[in-house]
Amino acid sequence: MKFVAFLIVSLCGGLLLYATADLPAWGDPNSPASSHLSPHYIEKALEETDVPNLVTAVLADYRGYDTMFETAVVFCAGLACLLLLRDYSRREGSFYRHIPTGVVIHFKNNAKSMPASREFEHMDKEWVPYDLIMKTVCRILIPFIQLYALYVVAHGDFSPGGGFQGGVIFGSSLILLAISYNLRTVVQRIRERALGFLCALGILIYTGIGVLCMIAGGNFLDYGKLAEIFPVDPGHVRALGMVGVEIGVGITVMAVMVVIYVNIASEGRHDEGL
Amino acid sequence: MHWQIDLIILTFIIFCAVGAITVRDLLSTAILFGAYSFMMCLLWAVMGAVDVAFTEASVGAGVSTVFFVAAVFRTSRRTKD
Repeated sequence: MKFVAFLIVSLCGGLLLYATADLPAWGDPNSPASSHLSPHYIEKALEETDVPNLVTAVLADYRGYDTMFETAVVFCAGLACLLLLRDYSRREGSFYRHIPTGVVIHFKNNAKSMPASREFEHMDKEWVPYDLIMKTVCRILIPFIQLYALYVVAHGDFSPGGGFQGGVIFGSSLILLAISYNLRTVVQRIRERALGFLCALGILIYTGIGVLCMIAGGNFLDYGKLAEIFPVDPGHVRALGMVGVEIGVGITVMAVMVVIYVNIASEGRHDEGL
Repeated sequence: MHWQIDLIILTFIIFCAVGAITVRDLLSTAILFGAYSFMMCLLWAVMGAVDVAFTEASVGAGVSTVFFVAAVFRTSRRTKD
């Protein structure tokens, strides 16, 4: 069986390698891809959209419909993760550790959870003592990571980056919080309900901008028409529409990353994890 | 022009790819996948596709490695085959 699998894989690999010989050379100006459509983008994108970063102009404006469904795919991934992994059954009992003495108290019934205090901390079965260095470093680092993520989203039309990357960076800052502190810390800061709301809100912003363009009399996601609704410079309105769309993408991606991580790391129980 | 850099990166990519499917420890596989993504990110950057490199660095090398590690943490660390 293994031999057959190896044979099939090497056959397919050989075919693919054989086919690459027919691909145009990298950066070939005479290839079909760079002789029909690309010159238009390269020559006209700046004057049509007022966005210096060509990649953002193509992704968010010329191919805005594609990007919208990519965001929907990310949303569906988060939704699938939630539906498959989320476990609503409550775990029996809870553990609390008295910090000054190190004594662990076990509540057998889960009637009431203890309020957070300086003396007692909630403890899980996979509890590990906090590393002071890691905690402190991450506490200092996380705000800067989040600020950088916002910069990446806001600067998507001037420099590399955009909604996807900024959203992932913001989400990973929250994942870093979960790793360095506790999964519970993140779940308490951003409730599950809020995360689900944010997942949907991002796509709603994206499609909402598209629908606003339709209300203004243009096509779906034709940002040029937004100038008739909002008091902005008509030459720059496409860039502003792109920033709005990128913000929507960033919100969805951020929330989905946190949802996936929280559900995988805690087996859907949202209590303890890495 | 960049062929020396390309060659070094591509060699590393092949090493990481072969390592990722042959290593038995799944945690090492996750880390090797991260290294693979990072090498791909360098390759995109050398080719001039900075946006793709950025995405690869944040999604491929960053978050997906964490997801793999979390999945390994919740399943088993040793592979059966």
